[in-house]
Amino acid sequence: MTERYDAIVIGAGHNGLVCAIRLAQSGKRVLLLEAANRVGGLAVTEEFHDGFWVSTGAQLLHQLQPAVMKAIGVRVPSVVERMATVVLAEDGDHVRLLDNDVSGPASGEAAAFAEFRQLGLRLARFLNQQFLRRPPRFDGDTRRLARLGLGLRLLGKADMRELLRLVGQNMHDEVNARFSHPLLKAAICLDAVTGTHTGPRSPGSVVTWLHRLAGQDGAVSQPAGGVGAVSEALAARAVKLGVELRTGQPVDRIVVDNGRVAGVESGGERFESWTVISNADPKTTVQRLVGERHFETPYLKRIHHYRSDGNVAKLHLALDGLPEAAGLDDTDFQSRLLIAPGEDAIEAAFNPAKYGEFSADPVMEISLPSAADDRCAPEGQHVLSAIVQYAPYRLAGGWTDDARDRYTDLCLQTLSRYFPDISRRVVALELMTPVDIEHRFGVYGGHWHHGEIGLDQFMFTRPVVGASQYRQPLDGLWLCGAGTHPGGGVSGAPGYNAAEAILELEQRR
Amino acid sequence: MIEVHQGRLQTPFYARQKALDGLNQWHNWNGYTVPDALYCADHEYFAIRNATAVFDLSPMNKYRITGPDAYAFLDRLLTRDLSSLAVGRVAYAVWCDGAGQVIDDGTVFRLADEDFRLCCAGRHAAWFADSARGFDVDIVEETADIAALAVQGPTSFSVLERMGLDGLASLKPFAHREFSFGGRELLVSRTGFTGDLGYELWLEPSQAVSIWDALFRAGELTGIRAIGTEALALSRIEATFLEPGVDFLHADETVRQGRSRSPFELGLDWLVDFGKPVFNGRQALARERREGSTWQLVRLDIEGNKPAPDAYVYAKPGRDNIGFVTSAAWSPVCKQNIALATVKAPHGRIGSELWVEIYYQREMHWQKKMARATVTRGPFWNPERRRVTPPLPY
Repeated sequence: MTERYDAIVIGAGHNGLVCAIRLAQSGKRVLLLEAANRVGGLAVTEEFHDGFWVSTGAQLLHQLQPAVMKAIGVRVPSVVERMATVVLAEDGDHVRLLDNDVSGPASGEAAAFAEFRQLGLRLARFLNQQFLRRPPRFDGDTRRLARLGLGLRLLGKADMRELLRLVGQNMHDEVNARFSHPLLKAAICLDAVTGTHTGPRSPGSVVTWLHRLAGQDGAVSQPAGGVGAVSEALAARAVKLGVELRTGQPVDRIVVDNGRVAGVESGGERFESWTVISNADPKTTVQRLVGERHFETPYLKRIHHYRSDGNVAKLHLALDGLPEAAGLDDTDFQSRLLIAPGEDAIEAAFNPAKYGEFSADPVMEISLPSAADDRCAPEGQHVLSAIVQYAPYRLAGGWTDDARDRYTDLCLQTLSRYFPDISRRVVALELMTPVDIEHRFGVYGGHWHHGEIGLDQFMFTRPVVGASQYRQPLDGLWLCGAGTHPGGGVSGAPGYNAAEAILELEQRR
Repeated sequence: MIEVHQGRLQTPFYARQKALDGLNQWHNWNGYTVPDALYCADHEYFAIRNATAVFDLSPMNKYRITGPDAYAFLDRLLTRDLSSLAVGRVAYAVWCDGAGQVIDDGTVFRLADEDFRLCCAGRHAAWFADSARGFDVDIVEETADIAALAVQGPTSFSVLERMGLDGLASLKPFAHREFSFGGRELLVSRTGFTGDLGYELWLEPSQAVSIWDALFRAGELTGIRAIGTEALALSRIEATFLEPGVDFLHADETVRQGRSRSPFELGLDWLVDFGKPVFNGRQALARERREGSTWQLVRLDIEGNKPAPDAYVYAKPGRDNIGFVTSAAWSPVCKQNIALATVKAPHGRIGSELWVEIYYQREMHWQKKMARATVTRGPFWNPERRRVTPPLPY
């Protein structure tokens, strides 16, 4: 006996959860299917070694949308509300950043930094207005286009001009026009390229920075219990609203009947609904779950060329104590620690990745979640989590065990330059390459934003032209994941916007 | 040093055509040199209508589509219902881009269950490759591997039978069959671009000369003639077959907005099957069906005898023009002044009266003439013999 649902959401990542919640709030009967045994997708906190917990995907929150969380009635407490950043220097003369302030050797540039960051925040607020709604279509979507134009105009002449200038700009040139201290420049550049297949010199790397500033208005936070706590809170809310949540239930395929979606098949079971919303990435959804023959060629071609090869590895270390480091006190470990000696060092790390090699000198965004949250590790011990760039999905020769070991060693060597005793403190370690991310989370290419964030895959063109409003060119098929507007990061906006679009279409009918 | 061939290619029938050539008027068709006419276009035209005309269509693009998903691939590619395309049958079809605009038209041969040949004017390897994603299918361009001859006209059946194609009598229009000839296989289809009784022969290039010679020996007493493209062009207007690049443009080659055409705008509604859940262009065509088309292709019967190439079309003299003629000719066999034209919808209903402004030159000076035209239904030339099976002998 099969049941019919108002909607089936595939994937209980945070966006799938938000989407399901929003639909359930409107009285919809929603089935939410998750392949893994726990909710969260890439927003998940897991025990990677006895007693050591780490946020496996996203390690901190930059973009969680307060408006979305408020609308769906979910609150997630933080252990660190506004996290500081320490850009590490080998000699211990670190640059420290908090909000608009700079201290340390680059403090002479504090005013210039504040000016740039405030400009960034003003532009990011404009972007964020767009992030909380569907992007306009190019054809016949006058109302949305007009609203976009009006928002742009309301920035004022000076900021509008700056936005238009910065849209195609690369962060390398921009920081060099404004700053001189290499660690300060590196800090901004690293934030601009984290999680992407771009270097500071890549065009559009200012927009990726603005994208990261939007959402939390530039704040970086550490939720209590890790990023996975966000997903747990969402799941609790979903279940309370009557969403039927099933974990360990991978979807084999989306059923298409006579040119429209009719439900999903999962482990021999069939679930029926005229509305299927996929929180999986666009390629996985179209190519694997639905099948290409159900779409027209131009759409398929665009999906095929959608850029979604990951270029980021994640390193998790279980440590028997805080590592020693020149110039850092214990509270500094509650900050983000960046290893990026300069903007050119980041570009140099990116260069080999263009040709299928990993960085010889990787750059990292490090957090020690256990420093502020003692639930993450046994007492006195610590967890180090690092986003390591670059590690191309299509590594020449493939991500063999040997390649993984070599890259792990490289990462430890790099860390040792700043934390001399780190290797001795390692109790357990785990390196997740894009291939591992692909296998563990079912994301094509292991790209944790479900596809590059770049001007060609942004707003009107995310994931592809003609399908940027969540609804895909197959009756009943919707996307709600990071592969849709406004993109990756733990924001909840794609899921929320998708649900709004579904409800709005229903009203029009 | 590697020699790179830069000149036009020669078809496998080049030497035989050259031997008959009295005019030396040749042009480029798809990279091959082909004759406009060999001795006199008018005489060649009458060979089509009164005897047997032989036209070398080797340069026509041919794609071989094979594999377990060959049918499914074509079903999604083409707008029409293919379910009746049995092995041994040929279907006329068009295919569209995502905006429902016609990329090209062509004929599909079902050679075996999972084996098809698609013949068309344009080159579409990239589009086919893009469209093949998700299908277990092989697509090979075999233009140079297959030589082809059109054998057209009222005596064509008798000529081919005399040549030794036993059993040809039972071959129905839009059917094809392998015949044994000279110890080798020869594929014959009852198809053509003339609107008359006629066949097309598909063979390996190495067979070309021997088949040409056998054909002309068999046709000697029934007026067989080799013809060039001019004569064919006239006959296809009479049959109202569309010519890509003339009556419509390949959608993927247009640059300006609105210069491509949908199947509806070309009068090919019967080639669009909304019963299929998905095919390229379906969503856009469904929208066009709801909201109406911009253009309508019409067949015009024009008063007088002055051909109307490139003429503007009017609903009434003195008003703004509503369209233009794309193909026009005086039809010797119909004794009609005929044209294909594109007009703004909803103009162009069958039976309605339009006006064309015909331009002609008299000793350098241009003249124009307003002529009444009637929108007609169906081909101008559509003789019974085209359809009768078995065909009548001569």
